[in-house]
Amino acid sequence: MAGLSLDLIALQLFTGLALGAIYVLFAIGLSLIFGMLTVVNFAHGAFYMIGAYAGVYILSFGGNFWICLVAVPLAVGLFGLAVERFLIRPLYGRGIDYPLLLTFGLSYVMVELVRIAFGKTGYPFDTPEVLQGAVNIGVGYFPLYRLFVIGATAAVLLALWLFLEKTSFGLIIRAGARDPQIVRVLGVDVARVWLIVFGIGTAIAGFAGLLAAPLQGVIPEMGGTILAEAFVVTVVGGMGSIGGAVLAGLLVGVVVSMTSLFAPEMGKVSIFALMAVVLIVRPQGFFGRAGLMS
Amino acid sequence: MTRKTTKSGSISRRRLLTTASAGAALAVSPLRINLLRAQEANIKIGFPVPLTGPYGTEAQDQVRAGQLAVAQFNDGGGLNGRKAELVVRDDKLNPGEAATRTLELVEKEKVNFVVGSLSAAVQLAINNVTKERGIIFNSISQSDTINEASDFSRFTFHEALNPHLTSGAVGRYAFSKFGKKVAFLTADYAYGHEMVRGFLEVGKAFNIENLGDIRHPIGTSDFSTLLPRIQALKPDILCISNFGRDQQIVLKQATDFGIKKTTQIIAPLLSHASRVAAGPQAFDGVIGGCSFYWGIEDKFASTKAFNDAFKKMYDGRLPSDYGALGYGGVSAVLAAVKNAGSVDTDKVIAALEALKYDFYKGPQYYRKCDHQSVQSVLVIKSKSKDMRNESDVFEVISTDEPNEANLRTCAELGHKA
Repeated sequence: MAGLSLDLIALQLFTGLALGAIYVLFAIGLSLIFGMLTVVNFAHGAFYMIGAYAGVYILSFGGNFWICLVAVPLAVGLFGLAVERFLIRPLYGRGIDYPLLLTFGLSYVMVELVRIAFGKTGYPFDTPEVLQGAVNIGVGYFPLYRLFVIGATAAVLLALWLFLEKTSFGLIIRAGARDPQIVRVLGVDVARVWLIVFGIGTAIAGFAGLLAAPLQGVIPEMGGTILAEAFVVTVVGGMGSIGGAVLAGLLVGVVVSMTSLFAPEMGKVSIFALMAVVLIVRPQGFFGRAGLMS
Repeated sequence: MTRKTTKSGSISRRRLLTTASAGAALAVSPLRINLLRAQEANIKIGFPVPLTGPYGTEAQDQVRAGQLAVAQFNDGGGLNGRKAELVVRDDKLNPGEAATRTLELVEKEKVNFVVGSLSAAVQLAINNVTKERGIIFNSISQSDTINEASDFSRFTFHEALNPHLTSGAVGRYAFSKFGKKVAFLTADYAYGHEMVRGFLEVGKAFNIENLGDIRHPIGTSDFSTLLPRIQALKPDILCISNFGRDQQIVLKQATDFGIKKTTQIIAPLLSHASRVAAGPQAFDGVIGGCSFYWGIEDKFASTKAFNDAFKKMYDGRLPSDYGALGYGGVSAVLAAVKNAGSVDTDKVIAALEALKYDFYKGPQYYRKCDHQSVQSVLVIKSKSKDMRNESDVFEVISTDEPNEANLRTCAELGHKA
């Protein structure tokens, strides 16, 4: 096929990084909750979907996209707090598969409830007007909204990093992840720390769902596909490593993009091929701590 | 030994007597009347469609319209007072599930006919069961293969359009107006492949230049990595052959990438339900084909009557393209039953072959060799302005009238003359 210019390859690379940023956003909440709580949250995709529907709901009351950007993570985060407090908490200390099975079942319940409340058809979600259209980025035209998503992802990562590394509460969270028992002995209410971490993780999932809505519309099943992608990114980056998730997300994006350029029908498979290769060479992923799952 | 024989002999004699007297009793008892009435029970039409899954919206509309056809048949007195009934099953858009459900419809429910399906692959699975069991199946979903001699049987009818017909109509319109350089973006399965084959065939007459066919896996949620390459090809026309959610997402993302500024996007089939789900922005200006649009009611009295009846039964809702196929498929079978005066399979086949009908979209008939419904194809354009109601989403810009010349010939399909 003709037209393999340097500009195209550069644009394709950029598209891959942009897609990677979206993968990072999908995966970061999942990685955070796993890293700090050792809870494999299979309902991550459902929280993401709830975020998109919360956006639809707020817009239907005359709200705008910018209000949603604040209100949706808050609402989904609050829901996440309730889930942790009443469903996950009783399962701590019982082995990793208990919360896994619980969240797996929960995701089905959430999707079904949304189907009942909002119908199976799905909703259109228009790109906010100021972010519509494509801009020239030097090597070709690129949608403005996708650039906005990259910026939003960077902002979320920066805020998360500052929170975890530069605040005393962040220090407690990190300590709690290393050795909850010692932290408890020091008089810290570990249960409260885990509650808040779960809330933040689900809030980011909801935020990601809202940002994805203008890219692909809103349907009850939208969390299903991204859950697989988020898991690949988390596993490749190393279970529980946020830095690893960022690197892995960008890498997965570029691999998908470059595969699509030469063998478009292999785009989806390439994600899993990459995971297989990484796991053979480095079973714990890029920055994973060995033994976290045991 | 002798005793044994005597004993068993006496038992069988007794059993014979019992059976005979029971039979005699049955002959005069009210039970017999019940049995006779049971044979005159409702005419059952099995209706396997994918109620759950990505085509659920379309399937629900198929059921609504199928029910309407049955209600009209029953209100019109049925077959000498014998009523019809729709037996709906969810095939979950899965060929294996569809085959199981169809077998169940035939064996357990004892359906007289099967109408339904919404997928190229699923209808072939249903057809395999029905042709083996000798049950008439009227398919209401697109497929080229079902017309071919290898899959066809005399029990097989195809009410829906087929990809050859659809892509032909859209291709003839688009290739004459928007340019010769055509790029394809195609869902990597039978439906997509058949559509592209159809476009390339009709394109020969217009000397189109095929810039390349980019294939994506079914169920793709991000097309961004495929779009820069398509832009680099600088096509006059981008032909996107996919369906349901894939179609909604790709049109949205292609719009974001600004492809519509330089390129006319066409699709073999524009689904009414997908357009409503995706919103006006994504579909705006896209041209495609369809078998039915409610807006042709200005042209055909049958369309007006169908729309009105549908609205009356379903709170003012208008029928969609795939819904209308459900209506057409069931109506055709029931009309043939009425004409034949019987539910006997051979008689109904003969009646269907002889049928000239106009139930909802103008004149139609089944071609003799492959039982393909010869019908019009509408070329439509999605609009975002001047909408009169929430179903007013397309504008009919051209119509291919019913014409056998637009189908592949019987010989091409492998049917012997």
